[in-house]
Order: sequence, then structure tokens, then C-alpha cells
Amino acid sequence: MVPTTYNLVPTAYYLILAAMLFSIGIAAFLIKRNVITIFISIELMLNAVNLTFVAFAHMWHQVSGQIFVFFVMVVAAAEAAVGLAIILSIFRTRETLNVDEIDLMKS
Amino acid sequence: MQLALFIIFGGLALVGALNLLFQRHPIHSALSLVVVMMSLAVLYWSLGAEFLAAAQVIVYSGAIMVLFVFVIMLLNAGKEERTRGSRAAYAVGFPGAAAIFCLLSFVFLSERGALMTSNIGGDLSNAVDNIAQVSAMLFTRQLLPFEVTSVLILVAILGAVVLARKEQ
Repeated sequence: MVPTTYNLVPTAYYLILAAMLFSIGIAAFLIKRNVITIFISIELMLNAVNLTFVAFAHMWHQVSGQIFVFFVMVVAAAEAAVGLAIILSIFRTRETLNVDEIDLMKS
Repeated sequence: MQLALFIIFGGLALVGALNLLFQRHPIHSALSLVVVMMSLAVLYWSLGAEFLAAAQVIVYSGAIMVLFVFVIMLLNAGKEERTRGSRAAYAVGFPGAAAIFCLLSFVFLSERGALMTSNIGGDLSNAVDNIAQVSAMLFTRQLLPFEVTSVLILVAILGAVVLARKEQ
């Protein structure tokens, strides 16, 4: 397949798409009041960062960026397991998922 | 082809992320995140990262999101209601996120000359298999971090079991 100029996408476009997803994740993180939805927006931000890693790995023709994404995925899986267990125990003791009502550490 | 894939699946990822932001029910947000993750898997594949595309589908949209949906169902989470704190967050959150986006895209666009263009599949996958390259790197130079992550996963499993267990 001969690459034509129509086929090429500048790496900057991938980075801007990742920036958009990251900003949407930040907005969701700040706006949402439900613990689970806040957790979901953290996952969205992690995915946006992974996209920049893969785009740069493609640009420099190296697999190190892909290895890093692999490690980010592993850490995200561990974090999801522990975080959801914490959410479960919070719900057991306080009977709510709203972050405004979970204010035990605010005197 | 690369451009068409980027426009279609990048747009789909963006629509999914915006839907995540504006839905009020957690289960709708979780299912929108599945859309984002699947579109990102296609983008990874088009960038020559076949292994990561498969891992994205299996680990993220397969395992992690099932865990999320399971917890949402278990806790019977309903629609979130607007509170005083959420109004303040609206006032701060949207301008803050917009400012960060403007800063990032300004940097990327001003450095656009230094960044190159990408073609489908990439040069990574032409010479050698992508999985062969990733695994050769992972099991030689990155062997110690790889083993440490398995310990991390073990600790996370134990922590999740201890935290989620009912108090006797």
C-alpha cells in the first residue's frame, strides 16, 4: 500500500484527541457527585494518557511506550479492584454514594 | 484509511466521553466508557499496537468495566441529585477543564512541525511482529518491573478481599 498524503494523520491530532478526552475526564471528576462515576472518570483520564503513549511510541518507532501502557493497564486493574472494595465498605458503613455526605475527615 | 479510522473512531470516543459527562445515572456513564475504550482499541490497532488493542478490549472493557457494572448493580446506585457542592463544581470544573485543554492543544499545535505523521499499521509491525517486539522487550530488559507488577496484582487482590469482607 503506497501511503498518500490523504492517508497520513499528524501525530498532533492524536495528542489533541487525547487532550480532549483528558479534559472531559477532569470535568467529570470535578462535577460528578457519585463515587463510582468519579472513579469512572479517573479511568477515562488513564485511557487518554495511554493514547498519547501509543501515539508517541508510533512516532518514534519504539515499543517502550507500549510497554509503559501495559504497566498502566496493570496498575489500573489493581486500582479498580482496591477502589471498588473501598467503595463497597464505605457504602456498608454510611449507606450513601454521594461524596458530599462522606465527610468523616472534615471536622 | 488512517484518516478515516481516526475521524470515525476518534469522533466516537469523543461522543462517548461527552455522554459520560452528561449522563446522570452511573450505569449510563459506565456503558459510555465502554464505547470510549473500544474506539481507543481501534485507534491503538491503527497505530501499530496490536497487542495493546487486544489487551484494551480484554482487560479494560472486558474485566475492569464488568467489575464497575457489577458494583453499580450490587449497590443499586440511582441517579445523582444536584447539591450545593455540585453547583460550585460546575462553576469551577468546566472553565478549569477548558483551560487545561487549551493549554495542551496550544503546546501540541505549536510543536506540530516537530511531530511527524502516522500511517496505518506503522513501521513497527512491518519488519517484526508487534507482539514479538513487545514480549522481547518485556521479558528481557523489563523483566524485573514485570515481575513486580505481578506482586502488585497479588497485593491488590488480597487488599480487595480484606476490604470487601463483612466485619465479623
